[in-house]
Amino acid sequence: MSFDDAYHSLTDHDDDARWAYGTGFADPLAGVPTALPEGVDRADLAAYCLMLGDDALVMSHRLQQWITRAPEIEDELAVANIGLDLLGQARLLLTRAGEAEGAGRGEDELAYLRDPGDFRNVWLAERADADFGQLVARLLVFSTWRLALLDRLATSGDPVLAAIAAKGVKEVSYHREYAAGWVVRLGDGTDLSHARMQAAIDAVWPLTGELFAPHPTELRLAEQGVAVDPSELRDEFDGVLTEVLRVATLGRPTVPAGPAPGRGRDGVHGDELTEILDEMQGLARATPGGAW
Amino acid sequence: MSDVAGEKVFAEIIEKDQRIEPRDWMPDGYRKTMIRQIAQHAHSEIIGMQPEGAWITRAPSLRRKAILLAKVQDEAGHGLYLYSAAETLGADRGDLTRRLIEGRQKYSSIFNYPTLSFADVGVIGWLVDGAAICNQVPLCRSSYGPYARAMIRICKEESFHQRQGYELLMTMMRGTTVQREMVQDAVNRWWWPSLMMFGPPDADSPNTAQSMAWKIKRHTNDELRQRFVDMTVPQAEALGVTLPDPDLRWNADREHYDFGAIDWSELKRVISGDGPMNAERIARRRQADEEGAWVREAAAAHAAKRTEVRA
Repeated sequence: MSFDDAYHSLTDHDDDARWAYGTGFADPLAGVPTALPEGVDRADLAAYCLMLGDDALVMSHRLQQWITRAPEIEDELAVANIGLDLLGQARLLLTRAGEAEGAGRGEDELAYLRDPGDFRNVWLAERADADFGQLVARLLVFSTWRLALLDRLATSGDPVLAAIAAKGVKEVSYHREYAAGWVVRLGDGTDLSHARMQAAIDAVWPLTGELFAPHPTELRLAEQGVAVDPSELRDEFDGVLTEVLRVATLGRPTVPAGPAPGRGRDGVHGDELTEILDEMQGLARATPGGAW
Repeated sequence: MSDVAGEKVFAEIIEKDQRIEPRDWMPDGYRKTMIRQIAQHAHSEIIGMQPEGAWITRAPSLRRKAILLAKVQDEAGHGLYLYSAAETLGADRGDLTRRLIEGRQKYSSIFNYPTLSFADVGVIGWLVDGAAICNQVPLCRSSYGPYARAMIRICKEESFHQRQGYELLMTMMRGTTVQREMVQDAVNRWWWPSLMMFGPPDADSPNTAQSMAWKIKRHTNDELRQRFVDMTVPQAEALGVTLPDPDLRWNADREHYDFGAIDWSELKRVISGDGPMNAERIARRRQADEEGAWVREAAAAHAAKRTEVRA
């Protein structure tokens, strides 16, 4: 191997072919028609894409905060991988939201220049994790719910949403498997891990009610075959959680699952989202006109 | 095989430029040197996640966030391959991690400097990954097989990271005045520490001769450092930044760039634990290890129960 290989073409920055990889990522929506489906309200579609996009963006942010803190290197890799998948979903969904809105906003304007009251994510996504048990509890609930949702959304009347969902199904299946694996290991591990895993499930449980409460936007779009009515996801979710908790020797939480503490879909959030956005948006907002 | 016969076979393999494999006879000194070198490299990948990882949540565009997250994930992957390579020599990952957090094994001193702005992410890619590639490309021909093979994949990914870092800096240099100043400031801070990454000067590097005889190392520290300088100067010109060395100039006789004297007392200080971020880097690694202990114990307990059920 030549000593100079890795350096050879650095200053010829126009020629991607000389490198093992390019500098960007392949467009996962290549070939998918992007015209808006007929008869669908643009504002509704934009709002719906923001809901699912913000869920992914905010959940990804919480996973990013785990980097260099995971219990093993294998988990560093897994957590980064899941965070990267969700970030990828968020980018596609925010881009679609911008297209549907038609006001010229792209993924970065939507991610960096909206205030907390304009974010549409569920509270489950923004909750900070007190320990690794809470991370995997939250990830199990989130990915079980999101997988059921994306599975149905893969036949959406919006071809872009359908393509994003089809790609997401493969990714989120792995997220659920990873989370369920850890819930079982911790639940059926030591006395200490069992107690912590039970506490983590109990702590996350009150946030599940919001996941199945449909927003009027979701119902309008579900009627047109574009969105999924989240109340239809409850049975699948309950079936998966019951089985995972049984294998993990964990009890089903006695804490009531509702009413939801907030309506994230309406832009009502806790202080935790403000903290997330301060961290995420600070630099982008401090350098107006910057090119990154 | 007797030690005498083993030593003869070992010497022949080295002489013919072939690879030593895990089950081959090898001198104790070779084994210890390889474990130390591979472990330090693995520790560097894992500690090296911290300075850049600190910017993932604050990255100013979603594209840059994705690139940085993927890069830090690659570093975790490199750490994993390298710990595995060390395990082929009889080392244990948990034991190596303890040596790291107890300060008994080193990692690259470059990661003891802070990352003060987002331009540091680009400069680390360009200069730090660039210097790492200079060091590591020759290691793809290192005499220990599992290490050499790990280095091939690692070098490919590092070269991708370097390209991304350089591309970020190019983009920032085309941006606002504030951004250009951020890039220059980061270059000023990282240039000299990058030159120190090649280690002490040859005259002061006691292990180099043995490592070269065993073909663990292929070039001396000073040779590699000169290559790095020669490659980097034209890149800095293309980028439009000034390298912070008034003595840096082309020497037509030598056909190399001359450069100023390196402050070796700074390297000694940082290696001995007195760099700006040594304590924080180890504290973070120790905290992750301690806070993860109950999780690892649970996984082991669960696996043991499963084995009992099957038995």
